[in-house]
Amino acid sequence: MARFNEQNLATALEIVSRYPVAKSATIPLLHLAQEQDGYVTDDAMEHIAELVGTTPAQVLGTCSFYEMFKREPVGTYLVNICTNIACQVMGGEELLHHAEETLGIKAGSTTSDGMFTIEDVECIAACTEAPCLQVNYRYFHKITTDEFDELITEIRAGKHKGDIPPHGTLARVRQHIPADRAAGPADPTGVPEPVWLARNAQGEEPAS
Amino acid sequence: MTIAQIPRITTSRFDDPDGHTLERYLATGGYQGLRAALGRRPADVVEEVKTASLLGRGGAGFPAGVKWGFCPPGVFPRYLVVNGDESEPGTYKDRLLMEKDPHQLIEGVLIACYAVGCSQAFLYVRGEMALAQERIAQALNDAYEAGYVGRNICGSDYSVDVVLHWGAGAYIVGEETALIESLEGNRGMPRLKPPFFPAAKGLYMQPTIVNNVETLSNLPWIMSNGGAAFAALGAENSKGTRIFAVSGHVNRPGVYEVEFGTTTFRDLLYAPELGGGIRDGKQLKAFIPGGASAPWLYPEHLDVPLEAGVVGRLGTMLGSGAVVVFDEDTDMVKACLRLVRFFARESCGKCTPCREGTSWMEKILQRILDGHGRPEDLNLLLDVADNISVGLNWPPAQTTICPLGPSAVSPIGSAVMRFRDEFEAYLGGPLEIEVDIKGAAFVAPPTTAEVVTGV
Ligand SMILES: Cc1cc2nc3c(=O)[nH]c(=O)nc-3n(C[C@H](O)[C@H](O)[C@H](O)COP(=O)(O)O)c2cc1C
Ligand code: SF4
Ligand code: FES
Repeated sequence: MARFNEQNLATALEIVSRYPVAKSATIPLLHLAQEQDGYVTDDAMEHIAELVGTTPAQVLGTCSFYEMFKREPVGTYLVNICTNIACQVMGGEELLHHAEETLGIKAGSTTSDGMFTIEDVECIAACTEAPCLQVNYRYFHKITTDEFDELITEIRAGKHKGDIPPHGTLARVRQHIPADRAAGPADPTGVPEPVWLARNAQGEEPAS
Repeated sequence: MTIAQIPRITTSRFDDPDGHTLERYLATGGYQGLRAALGRRPADVVEEVKTASLLGRGGAGFPAGVKWGFCPPGVFPRYLVVNGDESEPGTYKDRLLMEKDPHQLIEGVLIACYAVGCSQAFLYVRGEMALAQERIAQALNDAYEAGYVGRNICGSDYSVDVVLHWGAGAYIVGEETALIESLEGNRGMPRLKPPFFPAAKGLYMQPTIVNNVETLSNLPWIMSNGGAAFAALGAENSKGTRIFAVSGHVNRPGVYEVEFGTTTFRDLLYAPELGGGIRDGKQLKAFIPGGASAPWLYPEHLDVPLEAGVVGRLGTMLGSGAVVVFDEDTDMVKACLRLVRFFARESCGKCTPCREGTSWMEKILQRILDGHGRPEDLNLLLDVADNISVGLNWPPAQTTICPLGPSAVSPIGSAVMRFRDEFEAYLGGPLEIEVDIKGAAFVAPPTTAEVVTGV
């Protein structure tokens, strides 16, 4: 089950085909695996290794470096609260402690119903909107403790199903390069000087 | 020019709720810069960008046109990698540029690839930015459909694919060689420079230009309006406009595009249309001028202009345009710990001084804050800092592969030198031992007058 299903395999192959070197698709495919299963399984890493032409150990090595990849199940909703400097001075740590109390868990753990995981995270590039947080990487700016509780109640009541996909799903729009428009990946060992540049060197007229 | 008269070069579509769509982009001058570029020789496009003297907006502030010239002649393919990993604490601009004006960035990428002769571009977006990824994916799909990206762009012989790639959470991946490692599917650990300067040996060991999102977002305007018009704004080496995020204790935290080089920190923090002054009528205590890595500045520096060279001579940097403001009530020991903890968490672990030093500094600061500090702790902190960044200078003398390690020293140097009394309060009162101050950069910052006149 944790290998890519048919549809995701097709997506995976399309992603791989964009890169001149297949291994470059490792991180996008790890995200795809996490989208399929909610976390990255050993079987998925094996499948990825086959698809990008490397070893499962290499895939694990990459996977384990990055914070977003979870190798065991987390909550359906990952609540990331920023406590870095701009948020800290605007009450980010207090917000984190409040969240821990509301959900009855410490940062880094998951509620027993599997709904929420809290993380104490570094700057998420919303510093002027401090204190801020993300739920499954969707932003909530300038959040008070009351608003936090409201948000949790709403999520529990299913009110955010439309705007917050379950953990693992990142962008819901995928890039698709139409075959008749593609310039194609640039093989590092076999692409000559681009024509428009070569023409320039010969002093000919510009492209259009 | 007054603040209100400055043209909005990169943020002109920020208030347009549909500014991210191809339709609105085209209706507001979109892809005209690309057409202008295609009507000229690539070398002339490079010249135009050199005339603009566009400094990189990612942190190091290197002139874009000059960097493009570093690709060794005759070596192909060349790649362009867009650095959209924005994770420097306090930095908030690239995400907005990607969410609100993705076509402007794509157009910038196309202009750069045309000028440099890149055969493929990779747009590396930070993993945590789901909306930015969606907006860019949609924009690319629409731009491909309309013939602006891919094969025979706008009917010319110029062809290039722009591939959306995304990360998975690691600050260090913002460093350009780590970004390349990550794009190759590896752990994001920096490479040694030399020999691995990306322009010479980058992605797949081929010549690679790494440019920041904001840097590239300036290119459509430069091609449409000319490099000279861009260079007419600003002062000294800091030309055009630049986006600054002002966060922390100001009345109007926000992301502001202002004239580069002439606007001062006082404007940024106090002008009614910008920061609007310190919250609750409080006094300013200190501010970080350019992201967590930058040594701090203080009220006596308010009249310093946002000019890269001037700020550099003060022993700090404008970095990524991230200004974090602290009012008089801020606990500087706590702030210092939080910053150091960030670097300790984000160290990639490749070099010993950074891997060990940052977590040592975090532990020492934590025990001071917890009330278990020892009198010798301040010297110990500075000693560890000195082992990561010899002499505690800025720019740092690096003992490490990349600048992350020395960056962790900035909050220590700044806080310990300036707010020693706050540390002493945690340590149970004034210390009898002398603190052994090594660093030149953090001890006695030159006065504003000295700096402004360049003494
Ligand atoms: C630790 C570290 C983190 C960095 N993070 C970023 C980043 O998030 N975004 C960015 O554009 N540049 C970042 N940089 C700077 C890049 O290495 C590189 O200089 C920059 O992307 C070049 O683009 P520019 O010339 O257009 O500024 C970082 C550098 C270091 C040392
Ligand atoms: S300085 Fe730190 S982050 Fe940079 S390469 Fe060394 S260990 Fe890694
Ligand atoms: S410090 Fe919290 S978002 Fe930047």
